[in-house]
Amino acid sequence: MTMGESPGPEHEHGPTGLLKWVTSTDHKVIGKSYTITAVVFFLLAGLMAMFIRAQLASPDSTLLSQHTYNEMFTMHGSLMIYLFVGPVAFGGLANYIVPLQIGAPDMAFPRLNALSYWLYLGGGSLMMMGFLTTGSAADFGWVAYAPLSNSINTPGAGPDLWIVALILTGFSAIFTGVNLVTTIYYLRAPGMTMFRMPIFTWNMLVTGILILIAFPVFTSALVLLWCDRHLGAHIFEVSGGGVPVLWQDLFWFFGHPEVYILALPFFGIVTDVIAVFSRKPIFGYRGMVFATISIAALSTSVWAHHMFTTGVVLLPFFSLMSYLIAVPTGIKFFNWIGTMWRGSVKFDTPMLFAIGFLVTFLLGGVSGILLASPPIDFATHDTYFVVAHFHSVVMSLVMAAFAGFFYWYPKMTGRMLREGLGKASFWLMLIGTNVTFLPQYLLGLKGMPRRIAEYAATDGFTTLNRISSAGAAVLFLSVALFVVNVFVSWLKPIPAGDNPWDASSLEWATSSPPPHHNFLKIPPIRSQRPVWDYNHPEDRILEHVKPKPAGLVAATGAGPVLLEDVRFDDSDTLDGGDR
Amino acid sequence: MKVESYLLLFVGFFFGLVAIVYWLSSYEDAGSVMLLGTFLLGTVPGAYYFWWSRRMSPRPSDDPEASLEDGAGVVGAFPASSIWPFVLGFGATLVGLALVFGAWTLAVGLFLAIAALVGVIYESRRGGLV
Repeated sequence: MTMGESPGPEHEHGPTGLLKWVTSTDHKVIGKSYTITAVVFFLLAGLMAMFIRAQLASPDSTLLSQHTYNEMFTMHGSLMIYLFVGPVAFGGLANYIVPLQIGAPDMAFPRLNALSYWLYLGGGSLMMMGFLTTGSAADFGWVAYAPLSNSINTPGAGPDLWIVALILTGFSAIFTGVNLVTTIYYLRAPGMTMFRMPIFTWNMLVTGILILIAFPVFTSALVLLWCDRHLGAHIFEVSGGGVPVLWQDLFWFFGHPEVYILALPFFGIVTDVIAVFSRKPIFGYRGMVFATISIAALSTSVWAHHMFTTGVVLLPFFSLMSYLIAVPTGIKFFNWIGTMWRGSVKFDTPMLFAIGFLVTFLLGGVSGILLASPPIDFATHDTYFVVAHFHSVVMSLVMAAFAGFFYWYPKMTGRMLREGLGKASFWLMLIGTNVTFLPQYLLGLKGMPRRIAEYAATDGFTTLNRISSAGAAVLFLSVALFVVNVFVSWLKPIPAGDNPWDASSLEWATSSPPPHHNFLKIPPIRSQRPVWDYNHPEDRILEHVKPKPAGLVAATGAGPVLLEDVRFDDSDTLDGGDR
Repeated sequence: MKVESYLLLFVGFFFGLVAIVYWLSSYEDAGSVMLLGTFLLGTVPGAYYFWWSRRMSPRPSDDPEASLEDGAGVVGAFPASSIWPFVLGFGATLVGLALVFGAWTLAVGLFLAIAALVGVIYESRRGGLV
């Protein structure tokens, strides 16, 4: 039993075709554009990773020149961090899903939302344009440390394009952060109190605030860097009285919250997916919310743990704060397992990816706790141990992203992805991730530095690097299967229906894909699981003993209506007579 | 509105505390200033929301017993389409290009960006595509 009616003809009178994608301010269209663009950047960055692993597969390799290798790892990191993992979460999935989960007709500022996307696309294009310049693309690593990033050490247009691109995407992210926070604060449906919001929406709210804390610092630091390179500002240069390590301070004040800007949305996806596929409410809902807030708060007070070896930071403070993050993260793990405990767990593809996330993230998290200890960090800093640590973390987030793709693809397109291909993708990704990155922990402990283009046969790194490169090939196969899966669903669609997973949050109360302005009807919201309450009245647990008359209240006539006295000729004013 | 204000006030409280501890134990400028900024980022809007939340009756979205009828009325204005975000984004990208190459794209980009700003303001005022 589902609530959404058949969507009928799309209720739209705006432009169609390509012009629709260019001019639309609908959060669903923008969310899809964001997701597709981000996945394209993901595939490009993955291709660069293949070059990196091919280069390192044998000692004294000459496949890439040292210079090209520098470009590859810089652009691989930049594309993945700045243009894929973040934007696919807060620009793509959150943009599409958050308004649906809180029963809103759109994001709070639809045109600002569209501007975010265009700045993101413009910035991403500028960054890629670096490959077309006569010099090269940016090659100073994704962290652009001073003084390597000044105009003497890395001259040319490629690094400049990188800087300007990130200023543009920085503004894009800030606008999205404003939009998310405002939407969640102001556009929740009646009865959708803060503590009834799905955890994904909660995490996006906290992510939005983190974006507002972190991105302005980074964006202004980039402007300073540009001034250094072009106007001779000497802010990060010793020669003019500047301080190079200031760049690291500014960068990591953004960079560490950024890790959680990347992670929190995926924690949210995993929480929702585990609850839905265990067919139980979330175990410890409030604990999850408070854990999210604590993680976010702590993550902004640990930035200098990336700078232990500079010798100018307060080791005890940053070490202690870094250790503390393990506590709320542990609470989250406990609650994820508690949600599965005694549930009737269904191992569909999204659930498999969510469990894959748990395993991989645990590895990345535990090695992170090791690195929070300054003595261990001194020994392993800038070795492959660190590379392996953060790739375990980031690959777990990629798995969570795939959980999200498989979970919400039916909602976004009205079609199912193939389960068989999906499960094959999952197993290849789990195996590929661990075969690629577990050897890198050992390589780090043997002393292999990161960011080197070649190593000698006598170094003893060869076998482990071979294994790692073989794992990367498996990862490539896994992602290729996902692309095939999307094409198959495109060519031979299996209709999804409104609620194929029997899920519980509001986005599943509308049709797939949702109509313009999202809801024809909204079920009454009386708990954290309004759709479950409606579909399974037998185990409805009402938070309040005095229920108002339940049953569907149509948005028509009685529900929220949109402003009608502002005369947007082409806008949809949902008033009573409109449907 | 109460929970919303508490969330922001917590951000202010936490980073105020961290800023004090950090400053007293390190006397390091950059980090302390950034922590102070974060304290303000939480406190200023948080205090504003808190001030309002004590003066307004709960909104339907704050009321666990609210029915959908309680939310009847104006929610907001949601334009279905507009060309100006694209024009502004494109203009900003061209300006960005000019920051690298110092080229003629600056003039074109600024023109597009200003045109888009004017366009979007008129769009809001008059309604419809301008």
